[in-house]
Amino acid sequence: MAKDEFKEFKLVGTRPDRPDGLDKVTGRARYGADISAPGMLWAAVLRSPHAHARIVRIDTSKAEALTGVKAVITRADFPTGLTGEDWNLQENTMAGERALYDGHAVAAVAATSKLRAEEAVRLIEVEYEVLPHVIDVDDAIKPDAPVIREGAADATVPEGMPPNVVRYMEFGRGDVEAGFAEADLVMEKTYKTEATHQGYIEPHACMGQLGADGKGEMWVCTQGQWFIRKMCTAVLGLETSQLRVTPSEIGGGFGGKTTIFMEPLSLALSKKAGGKPVKLVMSRSDVLRATGPTASASMDVKIGMKKDGTITGARAEFRMQGGAFPGSPVDMALYCCFAPYKLKNVEHVGYDVLANRPKCAAYRAPGSPMGAFAVESLLDEMCRELGVDPLDMRLKNAVREGDTASYGPKYGSIGLVETLEATKAHPNLSIPLGPNQGRGIAAGYWFNHNGETSVSLAISEDGTAQVSVGTPDIGGSRASIALMTAETLGIPYEDVRVNVVETGALGVNEPTHGSRATFASGKAAVVAAGHAITEMCRRAANEWGIDPEAVEWVDGAAQPAGDNAGKFPPMTIAEIAGKMGSTGGPISGHHESVPDGVGASFGCHVVDVEVDPETGRTTILRYLVVQDAGRAIHPAYVEGQYQGGAAQGIGWALNEAYIYGEDGRLQNSVFLDYRVPVASDLPMIDTVIVEVPNPGHPYGVRGVGETGITPPLPAIANAIQEATGARLCELPMSPPKVLAAIKAKGG
Amino acid sequence: MSKVHVTTSVNGDEVEFLADPRETLLDCLRDHIGLTGSKEGCGTGDCGACSVTLDGTLVCSCLVLGVEADGKRVETIEGMADGAELHPLQRKFIEHAALQCGFCTPGILVAAKKLLETNPNPTEEEIRYWLAGNLCRCTGYDKIIRAVMDAAAELRQEAA
Amino acid sequence: MVAINLWSSLTRFTEGARVVEVEAETVGGALDGLVAAHPGLGPIIEAGVSVVVDGEIAPNRHTKVPQGAEVVLMQRLKGG
Repeated sequence: MAKDEFKEFKLVGTRPDRPDGLDKVTGRARYGADISAPGMLWAAVLRSPHAHARIVRIDTSKAEALTGVKAVITRADFPTGLTGEDWNLQENTMAGERALYDGHAVAAVAATSKLRAEEAVRLIEVEYEVLPHVIDVDDAIKPDAPVIREGAADATVPEGMPPNVVRYMEFGRGDVEAGFAEADLVMEKTYKTEATHQGYIEPHACMGQLGADGKGEMWVCTQGQWFIRKMCTAVLGLETSQLRVTPSEIGGGFGGKTTIFMEPLSLALSKKAGGKPVKLVMSRSDVLRATGPTASASMDVKIGMKKDGTITGARAEFRMQGGAFPGSPVDMALYCCFAPYKLKNVEHVGYDVLANRPKCAAYRAPGSPMGAFAVESLLDEMCRELGVDPLDMRLKNAVREGDTASYGPKYGSIGLVETLEATKAHPNLSIPLGPNQGRGIAAGYWFNHNGETSVSLAISEDGTAQVSVGTPDIGGSRASIALMTAETLGIPYEDVRVNVVETGALGVNEPTHGSRATFASGKAAVVAAGHAITEMCRRAANEWGIDPEAVEWVDGAAQPAGDNAGKFPPMTIAEIAGKMGSTGGPISGHHESVPDGVGASFGCHVVDVEVDPETGRTTILRYLVVQDAGRAIHPAYVEGQYQGGAAQGIGWALNEAYIYGEDGRLQNSVFLDYRVPVASDLPMIDTVIVEVPNPGHPYGVRGVGETGITPPLPAIANAIQEATGARLCELPMSPPKVLAAIKAKGG
Repeated sequence: MSKVHVTTSVNGDEVEFLADPRETLLDCLRDHIGLTGSKEGCGTGDCGACSVTLDGTLVCSCLVLGVEADGKRVETIEGMADGAELHPLQRKFIEHAALQCGFCTPGILVAAKKLLETNPNPTEEEIRYWLAGNLCRCTGYDKIIRAVMDAAAELRQEAA
Repeated sequence: MVAINLWSSLTRFTEGARVVEVEAETVGGALDGLVAAHPGLGPIIEAGVSVVVDGEIAPNRHTKVPQGAEVVLMQRLKGG
């Protein structure tokens, strides 16, 4: 759909203050750890110091005897007989027969103060029988690797594969060998990326309460209160509807707060302590050791290219470990890695592998950054070899609407070509570079997601509107949903209050994930507003004694649709709302669906770096993000998503990594050692919002949250090669590795 | 362990509490006085989310013991606005969309306020280095830096 | 008849067929038909898949599948 088919908007596309701004700049906003209740207990968790160990014996008697200790729990306090992902979640919440990674919970305590709970934890005696462990994904599929769990493989894994392979996939089309035969240049390389953490600044925190009657409540920082409810009740064997979950403000999530880690512990402790509320707040070290990092990856890519840059064939074989449980995003990585390119011959092979690490969680475009690092790096090297401009190569092979995606289906409306052209036109590309400087370009992709969505809208007595949504606001979605609702109702932005509500207030919602909040909750809010408008038109028609069909809604008021309908002055939303009690009762609108019309988002990044040849340190001089938003409802928060994604990608590329010792213990579990980008590491991050509206959304939204983390990894590797001549195929590209690569090529 | 009686001034108000000698100033602010605007992101002084000033010195309140606040002046995010009137930094953070999740925002505002008291006309680079101890994972810092520069310009104009 | 495109490692369960034709008018019908024809696919479909009909991820089992539509089975999509 062409852009000019969308009419001009009054509010959509403007930049008003966010509704939660005042609370957040004054310290009033309440996050996970900010709430307390009368009689509240504090919890602390004992965690395994071993990467892999049999739990021979746990003695909690000394802890139980300590004054102020109200409950101590181990796995013995959980129900048995769970299967599938429910069992995985339970096992990850509290170790059973074996501790599967450094930081795996083995016992928990609730006491009258935080310090008392911590003292009690130190009194718990655990006898471990240390077992051999495996950390690296390639080591985990070697024949002599310790087996993490017998029988964990699902039906996709053929007989005879290594026991730590738990899921296997192959897909593709055409004939890749014929494609390679057609090429002027065929290159094949192996790439590795380490696990990184989402690194939200707010540690996981909750306050749970559960009575002997099986009724409970929880306050928790989460991306999805219904997921918390479903998973906690499954792990504890409770009835789902008996747990009421209220989401706090959320201090970042990036996918890491779409699941449970320690939340059931607060409920189980509360029940054992006679129903007193129990607050459980993770330390940073707990967060890094025991909550979802992303997977680590080992990837082989082979590509064939003609002299003119046409890609003739492509093959990717990815191995990813997602910790001691199935679920690495190897499938998504494969789907995304060739997604920008029109390919006749393409083959993908993927292995999901177990290792003695924490259970991975989603992290912003899960899988896509790793796949892009491998594919976009190799494409760049091939362009250099053939003397083809990397942007022209991408434009030549770029997918367009109607093309078949590398992963199977046909694309609907997409804006990759527009994104690449906007990149090409940007002034950053013509800035001259100095010695030891290099420019790198890479593309990236994310599908975006729909998901179960339930929204309720109610008109208040004064003609303002409240919208109840189930998707926690992680980056400004209350502002964007208020803008779309106000635009639809024809009322000021300030007249709409969007509330993120608890599980008792709406039908099931999936979390804020998959870049879906503004797309899915926004779309549902617009439909709900439409229902309210229909009702308000009916009320006006009744007042006027005309057919409801003859009433239209214009600028926040009902009016007769043309002279034939009758001559009445417009009846405003405030007038209709003011007397709704006497004209038929409350006016509201609801919408429940798994929305169709998801629009995919492509991006292209350009980075300029300078590499110090003495130290190998890379400085980011300039950074440009170009991405298709569909339509930017609140452009400032779209830019914020682009800039934030780029910063996380830069951290992944240059600094961040899980570092394990020979003993399988995580060596960098504090922010001093797990170093995320700080303000002085980065320049301003330039953005271009490309708008190829998504015809599947009433205001053209695609969803913008995730794509931006994907291109930085390869873009920076490509820039480093231009600056130094050295090609880095392993992340992070830290100074020692860059220096070694420069020395290896004799520079 | 027996508790220690602490008398201190928080945002201009006299405050008393009983602190376990092992408790940090951050614990005391949050759990004894109910001022939860200062956040714990790391507990090791690396993230700056708990930034407050102690007798005018910018500190990570997770690295200060509660008992050390005895007889001292503590300023937190809750004392930054003058009644209903926001500090220009607070206003500019909202205007520039310089926050997403908002968890790091209190600490960054407290640190930035101290910067502008020390250096009313900082360069971009000076702001970046001053705030290098305050982690933000959402924004990439771009809009934060712009908001601080804009607030600094406004404060200079007010002062002129 | 609806032709469903499978990812290639599923051919272990379909006697080598990459495309399986079933009689169906909806996404749910297509999935049920697939499992009826090839019971080995049951656990995989039970574990969760995404069904793409003419380029669009089908929002539910009742989504209509027009005659001649392009139907592609994918591993379940989600996000961070």
